Amino acid sequence: MPVGTASGAGHSVEPVTQVATRIGEPNAVAMGFFFLFIVTTLGITWWAARRTRTTEQFYAAGRVISPGQNGFALAGDYMSAASFLGIAGLVSTTGFDGLIYSTGWLVGWPVVLFLIAEPLRNLGRYTFADVVAARLRQAPVRIAAAVGTLATVTLYLIAQMVGAGGLIKLMFGIPYESAIVIVGAAMIAYVLFGGMIATTWVQIVKAFLLLGGAAVLATLVLLRFDMNPAALFAAAAERYGSGVLSPGRLVQKPLDAISLGLALMFGTAGLPHILMRFYTVPDARAARTSVFYATGLIGAFYLMTFILGFGAMVFVGPDAIKGVEPGGNMAAPLLAEHLGGTAFLGFIAAVAFATILAVVAGLTLSGAAALSHDLWVHVVRKDLASPAEQLRVARIATVGLGIVGVLLGITFKGQNVAFMVGLAFAIAASANFPALVLSIFWRGYTTAGAVTSMLLGTVTTLLLIYLSPTVQIDILKHEAAWFPLKNPALVTMPLSFLAGIVVSLCTARHEESAGFASQQRRMHLGAAGEP
Amino acid sequence: MPKIEDGQDGLHALAAAQRRVAATLTAAMIALYFGFILLIAYNKEFLARLVVPGLSLGILLGALVIVCSWLLTWVYVRWANTHYDAGRDRIRGGA
Repeated sequence: MPVGTASGAGHSVEPVTQVATRIGEPNAVAMGFFFLFIVTTLGITWWAARRTRTTEQFYAAGRVISPGQNGFALAGDYMSAASFLGIAGLVSTTGFDGLIYSTGWLVGWPVVLFLIAEPLRNLGRYTFADVVAARLRQAPVRIAAAVGTLATVTLYLIAQMVGAGGLIKLMFGIPYESAIVIVGAAMIAYVLFGGMIATTWVQIVKAFLLLGGAAVLATLVLLRFDMNPAALFAAAAERYGSGVLSPGRLVQKPLDAISLGLALMFGTAGLPHILMRFYTVPDARAARTSVFYATGLIGAFYLMTFILGFGAMVFVGPDAIKGVEPGGNMAAPLLAEHLGGTAFLGFIAAVAFATILAVVAGLTLSGAAALSHDLWVHVVRKDLASPAEQLRVARIATVGLGIVGVLLGITFKGQNVAFMVGLAFAIAASANFPALVLSIFWRGYTTAGAVTSMLLGTVTTLLLIYLSPTVQIDILKHEAAWFPLKNPALVTMPLSFLAGIVVSLCTARHEESAGFASQQRRMHLGAAGEP
Repeated sequence: MPKIEDGQDGLHALAAAQRRVAATLTAAMIALYFGFILLIAYNKEFLARLVVPGLSLGILLGALVIVCSWLLTWVYVRWANTHYDAGRDRIRGGA
């Protein structure tokens, strides 16, 4: 809370509760930039469509993406509008507490590198289920993996869609439903025609725009403070009290913080749309290098959002930010308007829109892969589908999933869906991650164990989130919740590991553990080492 | 191609080395991040201390968690590019 407005801080701006802003008015610059982005990405899609003739091109961009390109694409897939606008907003209204999220969103990436990226590249073709099913029975494992994938993707998609509709309405003044339909149409177009090639390049363009926009904005803020971040923090502390520099009310219960931390850290390593990207590079070494690039880019991005948040706190003021949008999400756009005028506001607004479009395209592609590659090709058609049929089914799944995404976005209009991102991460950490790690590193993992850990992880996470304060108190407005934690990962992730291990020990099968030796060979040596 | 006995050509040693490095670095990452979270939960006063005017220990450590995460990925990539890849090439060459 502000503790008075100290004058003489060396800045001409007085924090006010009402701010003159052009946010929400049709903005010619924003429309121009947005139009340019759509035209460019559809151009890319047209180019990519002529190169998308096989399933390998549709799902994995022909495996010719370079490590640097994939590093940017991974960053593009991961940096959502929620992290850009949300973290900047949280920092601008609470200060330090926003940093808890910034670190949480980043620390999963080293885990992806150490445990998942290279084995995944060498053992699978298009989805993470390829890896889990490698030496186990195809149908049950793929069905369970598809359940985990679709649960993660759908929840993430709902959160992104609802956020997109609200954001676009707020920024451009376009009605919510129209905004959702525009996002859905563009996302379907990218994936349907351009597959992974178009999706990859949309991510790269978006990552450049987002990182560039954030860098320019952070530089503009720091220029006012002789490029010294400490002077910026000091100005914020002088104005709003030294409390903004230290932990506040976000972490009340340590177990809540640890549970959320587990979901963020290990959920990143179980996100289907991130995992799928490792199939787009030529080999394991390229997969490894691309995570190194991505971690650096994403880390730099989160450090910049921290600067943006404090910049918005000093130049715009928490009350003014909350006056425009109670969640604080307009902090970065307001800062852009303050420092660079309506034109820069337009640019940042268009970047935020582009960000959402790119993320939902990645999500749709990974969901479509689970439906077509895992369920249709391997379960329904038992590997008998022709390449042409596989591609056709992948495209039908894309359109279907895109339409479902639009409908869900409209259905959940006005609902509090922010928790769904945390929930998606919790399912990824409790269903997808344990199955991946156990199948990669443990000889004794069995089909029954894998199915148990994936289904139990998904179901218990959904059940416990329903019983948690997040749903019972925040949404249903009940007095109390049966389950004490806001994010269930602290319970569900160990449970999924434990269940997977116990069930595997009870159902040990020689032919499944026998496959582990050749799996190890392929995992470390790649296709060239296959006996 | 003749059937290669599991591990006969050094694959076991390579796999064990990879598991060791991956497990150590993962443990380091967990210690780093959850150490930071536990400090936030249990020792807010410590994090509120100022290093220089404006820069609290909390902000410094938070930024360091981000920078160190990246450094850990660099350590792994360095190890893999030299030792892991070399071991792999040796096995492939001999197979």
